[in-house]
Amino acid sequence: MTSLDSALEVDAERLTDADGTLLRVDGPDKVTGRAVYAAEHHFADQAYAVPVTSTIAKGMIMAIDVADAEVVAGVLTIISADHAPVLPEGDDGELRLFQSHEVAYRGQIVAAVVATSLEAAVEAAGLVRIRYDEAPADVLLRTDHPRLYAPEHVNPDFATDTTVGDVEAQLAQADVVVDATYTTPGEHNNPMEPHATIAVWDAGRLTLYDSVQGSQRARRAVAAALGIDPDDVRVVYQFVGGGFGSKGSSRPQAIVAALAAREVDRPVVCVVSRAQMFTMTGYRTPTIQRVQLGATADGRLTATAHDVWEQTSTIAEFAEQTAVATRHMYAAPGRRTTHRLVALDVPTPAWMRAPGECPGMFALESAMDELATACAIDPVELRIINEPDLDPETGTPFGDRRLVQCLRDGARRFSWAERRGRGPQRDGAWLSGVGVASSVYPARAQTSAARATAYPDGRWLVEIDAADIGTGSRTALLGYAAECLAVSADRVELRIADSALPAAMIAGGSMGAASWTWAIGKACAELQQRLDRSDGSIPALGIAVEVSTKDEVAALPDVSRFSFGAQFVEVRVNTDTGETRVPHMLGVFSAGRILNPVMARSQLIGGMTMGLSMALMEEAILDVELGYVVNHDLAQYHIATHADVPSIEVHVLDGGRSDLGRAGAQGVGEVGIVGAAAAVANAVHHATGIRVRDLPIRLDRLLPC
Amino acid sequence: MTPLGYARPRDVADALDRAAAPGAMFIGGGTNLVDLMKLGVETPAALVDVGRLGLDRIEELAGGGLRIGAAVRNSRLAADARVRQRYPVLAEALVNGASGQLRNMATVGGNLLQRTRCAYFQDTSADCNKRVPGSGCSARAGDHRNLAILGGSPACIATHPSDMAVAMVALDAVVNVRTPAGTSRTDVRELHRLPGSTPHIETVLAAGSLIESVDLPAPVEARSTYRKVRDRASFAFAVASVAAIVQLDDRRVRDVRIALGAVAPRPWRASAAEDVIRGESPSTALFESAIAAELADAEPLRGNAYKVPLLRNLVVRVLCELCGVDPPVRSLA
Repeated sequence: MTSLDSALEVDAERLTDADGTLLRVDGPDKVTGRAVYAAEHHFADQAYAVPVTSTIAKGMIMAIDVADAEVVAGVLTIISADHAPVLPEGDDGELRLFQSHEVAYRGQIVAAVVATSLEAAVEAAGLVRIRYDEAPADVLLRTDHPRLYAPEHVNPDFATDTTVGDVEAQLAQADVVVDATYTTPGEHNNPMEPHATIAVWDAGRLTLYDSVQGSQRARRAVAAALGIDPDDVRVVYQFVGGGFGSKGSSRPQAIVAALAAREVDRPVVCVVSRAQMFTMTGYRTPTIQRVQLGATADGRLTATAHDVWEQTSTIAEFAEQTAVATRHMYAAPGRRTTHRLVALDVPTPAWMRAPGECPGMFALESAMDELATACAIDPVELRIINEPDLDPETGTPFGDRRLVQCLRDGARRFSWAERRGRGPQRDGAWLSGVGVASSVYPARAQTSAARATAYPDGRWLVEIDAADIGTGSRTALLGYAAECLAVSADRVELRIADSALPAAMIAGGSMGAASWTWAIGKACAELQQRLDRSDGSIPALGIAVEVSTKDEVAALPDVSRFSFGAQFVEVRVNTDTGETRVPHMLGVFSAGRILNPVMARSQLIGGMTMGLSMALMEEAILDVELGYVVNHDLAQYHIATHADVPSIEVHVLDGGRSDLGRAGAQGVGEVGIVGAAAAVANAVHHATGIRVRDLPIRLDRLLPC
Repeated sequence: MTPLGYARPRDVADALDRAAAPGAMFIGGGTNLVDLMKLGVETPAALVDVGRLGLDRIEELAGGGLRIGAAVRNSRLAADARVRQRYPVLAEALVNGASGQLRNMATVGGNLLQRTRCAYFQDTSADCNKRVPGSGCSARAGDHRNLAILGGSPACIATHPSDMAVAMVALDAVVNVRTPAGTSRTDVRELHRLPGSTPHIETVLAAGSLIESVDLPAPVEARSTYRKVRDRASFAFAVASVAAIVQLDDRRVRDVRIALGAVAPRPWRASAAEDVIRGESPSTALFESAIAAELADAEPLRGNAYKVPLLRNLVVRVLCELCGVDPPVRSLA
C-alpha cells in the first residue's frame, strides 16, 4: 500500500522528493513564466483574428454588413460566409466555417475579423452587423422528444444498445426493485488556458502553435477541414494549460487562424475568450438516465437496466457512451443498456474528463446506494456481494480487477462501518453523513512510435510526440526513460509535443501513460540491444532506434482491462440553508503501476475535486427562450474553490501491473472523477434522508419549499 | 479605434469637473466597471480615477463614530482595528465578499455603486430594462434563481450584490456626497432606488455626484453578526445574507436592526420584522412571526421561491443565536 500523501517532501536541489521521485521538471519554467504556451509565441508581423458569433440559436443570416468594421484602422480582412474560401465537405461541422448562411446554435462563429492589433480586431468584431431571419430554436433535452434516435454506435465504437438475459422478467420477479431517473446538466471544461492557435504558412505548409492534447489527430482534422495534405501540417504544443478532453479535438479557432493567415499572408493568432469556451470548445452533454435494479432480498442483483437520453448538435454527431460502464460493473443475469440521442440547436457536445463513465456512474452508483437502503445492506457490502468473476457483458476475464480490495481498504481507512453505522450526526444546524461509490475507467493503449538515441558523451535522447497538458507526463516519461536506460534523469533529454516527432497517442482516454511508456520502453530496450551488439563505439551523430508498438498492441489478449477505485465522502448539510460542504474525501485506486506518485497524486486529487464540483456546483444553466447557456463565465459557472476542498486523501493499491507494455502503467487522469459525485450524493442522503437525483446538489434542491 | 480618456485628478473639484464631461465615469478599484467595459455593457468615453483624491482615510468622528473615505480598499477597511472592534458586523461582511485579490482593489464607494450581477444585465445580446430601458427583461422568463423576491417590479428583479452595503444599512451608515453645487448626506439605506418602471436609474444621486465618504454612527452596546449563504464556500455572491444587530435589555429586545442581502434591488432593511421584535421578549415564535411579516410582500417567482424559506430559516437562526434562544431544530426531509 502506498500513501501518495507521503510523497511531498521536496529535495530542492535534486528536484526529487524524499523517495527519489522526479518532481515536475518544467515546474520552474511554468511558475517563472518561461514556459511558452501557444498564444505566447510571437512573430514580428503577426495579425490577430477575433471571431464574431451568432446571437440567435437557429435561422439564416440575411445580411452581413461590414461597412463600419472594415474601415477600423488596422483591419486586414473580414472572413464570413460572404467572403471565404470554399472548404471541403467533412464530418466535423464545427470546423467547416463560413460555408453556409445557416445558424446551427447561438454562439456559432459566423465571421472573423483579422487586424494588425488585438484591439482593432475586437473593436471591428463589435461593428460587424448581421441581420438574421430567426427561427424557433429547440435546445431542451427531453425523453419524449419526437426526434430521438439510436445512433449507429456510441463513442468511440461501442454498441448503442445491449441486452443480456430477460431483463423485464427478472425485474418482474425481483424481491427488491429500484427504479429511478437521474439527470446531469451540461458541464463545461474550463482549462485555465483557453484554446489558442497561431497559424504560420510557409510555401504551402502550415505550422500551428496550438493548445491541443495531441498533434496527430489535430493535423488530420485541420488538413481535412482545409483540404490539404496532413503531411503539410505541423503542430507544435510544447506547453498546454489543461484540457480535460476539450483539447482532444481541434477547435474552430485553429481553422480561423489558418484561413486568416493564408489570406493575409502573415502569422495569425486566434484565442478563444472565456465566454466563447461555453460555445466553441465542447462540453459534456446533459443526460437523463433511468436505472432499474432488480435484486434478491439479500442484495444479489438479478437485473440491471440503464437507459440514457442525451443530446448532440445538428452539425456533428457526438454520442456519449454514458451506460457503457454499467456493462462491466456488477454481476447480474439480466442486463440492458440503451442510448438515445437528439440533435438540438446547440453546440456539439464533446469529451470531458471520463466521458461516459463520469455521468453514467453517477446514476448507477446512486442507484446502488438506493438498493442498499432498500435491502438494508451496507453499500460497501452490496457492491462486494455483486462482484463478478468474469466481465459480465463479455464473459472475458478481467486483467487486474481489484475493486473489492479498493472498497475494503478504503472502508478500513475511513472507519466506514463505524461512521456509517452511527447514522447522521447533528452539530447545531449541520447534519453530517458519509457515502461511498465505486470508480471505474478503461485501461487501454494505442499504437505509438518513439525514437531513442545514444550519444558518445553519455547523453541520451528520447523522442515521442506525447503531450503534457499539465498532467506531468513530461516528468513521468523522463523518469521512465531514465529507468529504462538505467541512467540518471539528468543524462536524458526528452522531446515531446511536436508532430514532427515519432507519432504517438494523444493525451486522452487515460491512454497516454500506457501508450507512451510502451513505445519508450521498447525503443530504449532495442537501443540497448543495438549497443550490446556493437563494438561499443558510438558515432558523433549517435545511434538511434525508432520503434512502433503496432504489432504488440494488435496482439493484446482479449482481457477486460480497467482501473478501479472506491471513494468515501463525508458531507455536512445545513438544515436551515441547505448548504452542502464536503470536509473529507478519501479515494483508494487500483491503476496498474504508478509511474510517478507525485504526478499521479495530483491527477487523482484533481479528478476527485472535479467530481466534487460536479456534485455540488457545475451546471450549464440553459435559457430555453434565448437558446443558450446563461452563466457563461467563471463568476457564474461555479467550480470548487480551495475553501470547498479542505481534505482529499488518495491511496493506490500496491503491486499493480497491467499487461499494457513493459511499464505496466495505466493512466490516472480520469478514474478519479468517476463515482465522486455519486459518493457525495449518497452521503447527502445518509445525512438528510434526501435523495438528490438531479445534479448539482444545490441548496434549493434540499430546502423544502 | 475609439479613444478612452483617463484622468487621475488630485482634488475633488477637478474630479467633479471632469466627471461633468459627456460619457465620463468615476472609477475606483475597477473590479466591476472594467468587467462591464470588457462586456460592452458600459462604454464610457472617459474614466475619472478617484484614487488620488485623498479619500483613502479612516477618520474618527466626534462621539465615537468613524468616517470612511470612499477610496478606502475593502481589505484595509476589514482589517482596521477600530472597525473590527466597534463594527464587527461590517468587518465580517467585508471578508465574506469576493476574494482577497478583489478586496485589495475594491473601494468603499465602488462597492456601494457596483452593479447587479444579473446574467442578462451583463450580456448585451439579451434583453434588459436596466441596461437598455424599454428593451424588456429576459430574467423573468429565464434564469432568475438568484434574483429578487422583495422590492422588484415587472420591469426588473435584479439584486444588489454587495455584502458590505448590507452591514452598512444595518449600521445606519450615511454617505457624504459632493456635487458641484455642494455637499449632501444620504442614508445608505436610501441610496439605492427601487426599480419601478425605471430600473436604469439605480440611486438617488444626481449625475456627476461623487461619494466622498461613509459615516458610521457611534457604536452601540450590542451583539451582531453577518451570515452569508452562497453556492460554494468562498468567492461567490450571496444567494441570501443577513446582517443583524441586537440590543438586549433585561430579557427584552430593546432594539434590533436587520438588513438582508441578495434578495432585493437594494440592501434591504427589514423594518417590518424589526417592528415586530422591538420591545418584545425574544423567542423562536417571535422571530418566525417577524420574518413572516417582512416576507408578507415577497413576490417569489418559480426559480427563486426557495429564498422565502431560506431567508426565514436564516433570520430566525441568526436572531436566536444573538439572543441566546435555542434555535429550532429543522430537518430537510
